[in-house]
Amino acid sequence: MTDATTLWAVVVVAGVGTLAFRLSFVMLFGRLDSIPPRLAFALRFVPAAVLAALVAPAVLGPLALDPTATTLADQVPRLVAGVVAVVVAWRTGNVFATIGGGMVTLWLVGAAVAAL
Amino acid sequence: MVDRAATLAGVRDVAPMLLGVAPFGLVAGVAAIEAGFPAEVAVGMSVLVFAGAAQLALIELIGGGGAPAIAAATALVVNLRYLMYSASIAPQFRRYSARWRTLLSYLMTDQAYALTVVREGPVRAYYLGAALAMWITWQVTTVAGVLVGASIPSSWDLSFAVPLTFLALLAPAVEGRPTLAAALAGGAVATLGVGLPFNAGLLAGALSGIAAGGLFALRTEENPVAEAAESVGGAEDSADATEEPTDPAEEGGGEQR
Repeated sequence: MTDATTLWAVVVVAGVGTLAFRLSFVMLFGRLDSIPPRLAFALRFVPAAVLAALVAPAVLGPLALDPTATTLADQVPRLVAGVVAVVVAWRTGNVFATIGGGMVTLWLVGAAVAAL
Repeated sequence: MVDRAATLAGVRDVAPMLLGVAPFGLVAGVAAIEAGFPAEVAVGMSVLVFAGAAQLALIELIGGGGAPAIAAATALVVNLRYLMYSASIAPQFRRYSARWRTLLSYLMTDQAYALTVVREGPVRAYYLGAALAMWITWQVTTVAGVLVGASIPSSWDLSFAVPLTFLALLAPAVEGRPTLAAALAGGAVATLGVGLPFNAGLLAGALSGIAAGGLFALRTEENPVAEAAESVGGAEDSADATEEPTDPAEEGGGEQR
């Protein structure tokens, strides 16, 4: 378990860095009028790449190279819930519906697997 | 000093978006407690970082036993998009004092940025209305999540709400084939890299995804670099970027919320 002082340090570093990003061009305006085109180009792919990297391991755990990863049987409710949530997210674009649909599926499939 | 009617207009315009933000805030509070964050650190994170996806990434990594430095670095990668918002909105903030610009920048969110960047004339009052409504909603819902988080049984598997929340954000972020390539590569590398030391799989996935998206766009689009610069109000040498996109893959390309 990470201790509280370390957690504060992580939060402060992330907070100060984030504020620096938010301030960057707003404060530099006049000296640096526009974001370099190559940086703007790379930034275009940040949301899709980062969010997918956050989602996929949680849903596709057993496909990982990590030998300690959970087994496919443990993972089935998550896989099914993940697929349902993908469909809901793309169809509705609704946050509540995506979280709700995914969690309810997780519980239902989890209960079904436990009953087998 | 600040135009009240414009501030109220900002609040009114952001109101529907607050409904989408509230569950993120609750999840951020609950998940922080489940990951072992003391309540005051969980609340302090919402005040200091004030960025949902980055906070959830931090919580996910720390909760999974990741190295603190990797967790902080990952949160910063998630927040790189603020560089783009900052460049894009800078001309509209130019007329205000350094102190005001600091406050306005601290309050920057996807939603306040997207609502404000399309407006003309002075934006401070309108932006403040939208951004402060977001800030208050975020703080109140994370505190609520922290308070209820302690009493939710772990058998509910509520930590799974975190990836589900990212999924809800991912859907609108995939708006063409290059961003789809970025998402597929990012997800695949992060999954294969789950066992990497220091939990570096996420960072490796993110960087691979950005590279894959970039390579795909360079191969399939005409002049995507100039177009990206144009979308953030940028480069001077963007004569080509003012042309209407003709390739369907370019539709909405370079537009970021």
